[in-house]
Amino acid sequence: MKWLAASALLFAASAVAAAGGGTRTNDDAIVGDGFAPVLSAYGFFSDAQAQRPAAGVTPYRLQTPLWSDGAEKQRFVYVPGGKQARSRGAGLLDLPVGSALIKSFRFGGRLIETRVLLHRAGGWIALPYLWNADQSEARLVLAGARVDLTTPAGAAISYAVPNKNQCKECHGAAGQVVPIGPKARNLSAEWLAAFKRAGKLDAVPAVARRVPLWEDRAAVPVADAARGYLDANCAHCHNPDGAASNSGLTLTWEETDPVKLGVGKRPVAAGRGSGDLQFDVVPGDPDHSILAYRMASLEGGISMPELGRASLDPAGQAIIRGWIAGMR
Amino acid sequence: MKMTTALIVAASALALAGPLHAKTIDVPAGNNAQSRLQEALITAQPGDVVQLGAGRFALSDGLSLDAGGVTVRGAGMDATVLDFSAQKGAGEGLLVTASDVTLRDFAVENTHGDGIKSKGANNVIYYRIRVTWTGGPKETNGAYGIYPVSSSNVLIDGCKVSGASDAGIYVGQSVAITVRYNYVEQSVAGIEIENSRDALVTGNLVTRNTGGILVFDLPNLPVMGGGNTLIEGNMVIDNDTPNFAPKGNIVASVPRGTGIMVMANDGVTVLGNTLANHGTAQVMVVAYPKAFTDARYNPYPRNIALGYNTYVGGGDAPGFPGGAQLAKAFGGTLPPVIWDGLGGPKALLPSADVKVLNLNLPAQGAGVDQAKPALLSFTAPPMIAVPGNVGAPARLEERIVR
Repeated sequence: MKWLAASALLFAASAVAAAGGGTRTNDDAIVGDGFAPVLSAYGFFSDAQAQRPAAGVTPYRLQTPLWSDGAEKQRFVYVPGGKQARSRGAGLLDLPVGSALIKSFRFGGRLIETRVLLHRAGGWIALPYLWNADQSEARLVLAGARVDLTTPAGAAISYAVPNKNQCKECHGAAGQVVPIGPKARNLSAEWLAAFKRAGKLDAVPAVARRVPLWEDRAAVPVADAARGYLDANCAHCHNPDGAASNSGLTLTWEETDPVKLGVGKRPVAAGRGSGDLQFDVVPGDPDHSILAYRMASLEGGISMPELGRASLDPAGQAIIRGWIAGMR
Repeated sequence: MKMTTALIVAASALALAGPLHAKTIDVPAGNNAQSRLQEALITAQPGDVVQLGAGRFALSDGLSLDAGGVTVRGAGMDATVLDFSAQKGAGEGLLVTASDVTLRDFAVENTHGDGIKSKGANNVIYYRIRVTWTGGPKETNGAYGIYPVSSSNVLIDGCKVSGASDAGIYVGQSVAITVRYNYVEQSVAGIEIENSRDALVTGNLVTRNTGGILVFDLPNLPVMGGGNTLIEGNMVIDNDTPNFAPKGNIVASVPRGTGIMVMANDGVTVLGNTLANHGTAQVMVVAYPKAFTDARYNPYPRNIALGYNTYVGGGDAPGFPGGAQLAKAFGGTLPPVIWDGLGGPKALLPSADVKVLNLNLPAQGAGVDQAKPALLSFTAPPMIAVPGNVGAPARLEERIVR
């Protein structure tokens, strides 16, 4: 614990320096060893309470986001001065060492937590910060936290701020922490072009098939909306390098094998998550599809995703059920 | 020269992992156990021991360990209890995602999902661990008690599991596995080795489950082609608990009263076990019975060798459709070994002293209603092949002191 305390002092000092210098982001806090004990140490915001980013910190949104109990989310990307992200086709932007991704979660206007992904020389690390009651600071909660709150839909839940390991459960690929959200296919062409114009990206990636905007879900083919939802809400674990790789169920945007997408696929290690049903997806029959069953549950051991959902997502359920119902 | 370098590297690795650098992080039971224990698991460094005190740890969420080379050690499987009765989050009690981890001398109770899962965690040891669902066999219990998956080199030794709604000890998609000296009861499957190779299952007591020991291979999984496994010297007794697995799971189709069941593997030897009072079958050897579309998958049993085993009772209450009539046709009691007849002439290699009922199913996926049952007869006792190179590497044992 000694080293943690020492780095806390170090970071406290840098935080003061950053505050004195205005709104500069503290690169040392991103790439240095240890974990900053407070969010302000990074200097990502000129006004954190308003989530007004500092210079060089760029807000972005995803075409179809992860649903987290209806939390209002604000996302930011930071690429250090003089460096550029590299285009990697339709997949994740290749963000250089020194970059950071920042995501804040609000309920009823109140900031609950801010998660940061920091790209260090040894790889990415993921850290959770919990906001205090007067919204003046967020402090590191390595072991996670629980917060009682009410969702926009009116559900009273015990909201779980993930611990550091849980961050990796979703952000892990073949044992390494990686970003999930900023894949070119899940970012708008306009945002990517603007990011390039700002000098933060080497080229605008070519995207043959873009994930639709979630708000447009009623206007686009239901399969596209559903696959976008699965990609954002399930595929971080359900991919060949993810935490659920052993299930053989792959729910990524790119997957084309119907069996890997669950059609006619029997459960393997689902336990009571099977709900006495035979297949993950039964075309035309959402009521007999395990995928829909697990989305409709709030019970530990049954509900999916395993992390980050304590209430139901009716809009997501409707899209997935509609997709299965329309299958032949 | 190469050899020398390797030796030096090995020596320095040992030095690094030695007690000079390692520390013990004491975590006593008591208030705020969730965050104190989780924080210890996050801050532990390779070589460290997270020492759990005696007593009950009341936990509200699953725990996870992602630091390699760490030992989590309690004061004994009855003294240190991680109690997940009030668990809020989904998933398992403890999730291990790093290699070279030793878990020993503590208990996990009443998790909503699996008890302890280790995934992609090579060289893992579960030693004298207890996983219990205290309400007895119930469909609402978690699926697996001890659940290593997608790993190389797995040692599960001296553990005790009770009440799993799937398998008490389940090893999936892994290689080089030892499961020994464990006691598994009141689960649907006692011990299950699935889509795995080079497993040694020995010296276990497996009793009062639905099925005792299962060796399965299933389609549509990243790792398939299970086999080269030795099931030797186990006590498989009275596995007569009604099947309480949620339907849809493969173990839900295991009939009550099954001793050892081998499905779609290549090279499994069953030798020196005591099997008692399994109303369906003491040993069952079958093809995967369901429809599948995976071209990489072989659904048939191959080279399944039955050496000398002790069979006591059994065969008097076959738990599959048409079983009662079948037993009647054989004078009220079926022979100890049932084979579905699929997989060709080298599917089953029994010793000459055991009676085998061949169901003679016409094809993979056919039901028992299409069986043309007959006793298997032998012209000469075949040689019993004992698979080589089974089990976890011996070096893992250096990490557990008896």
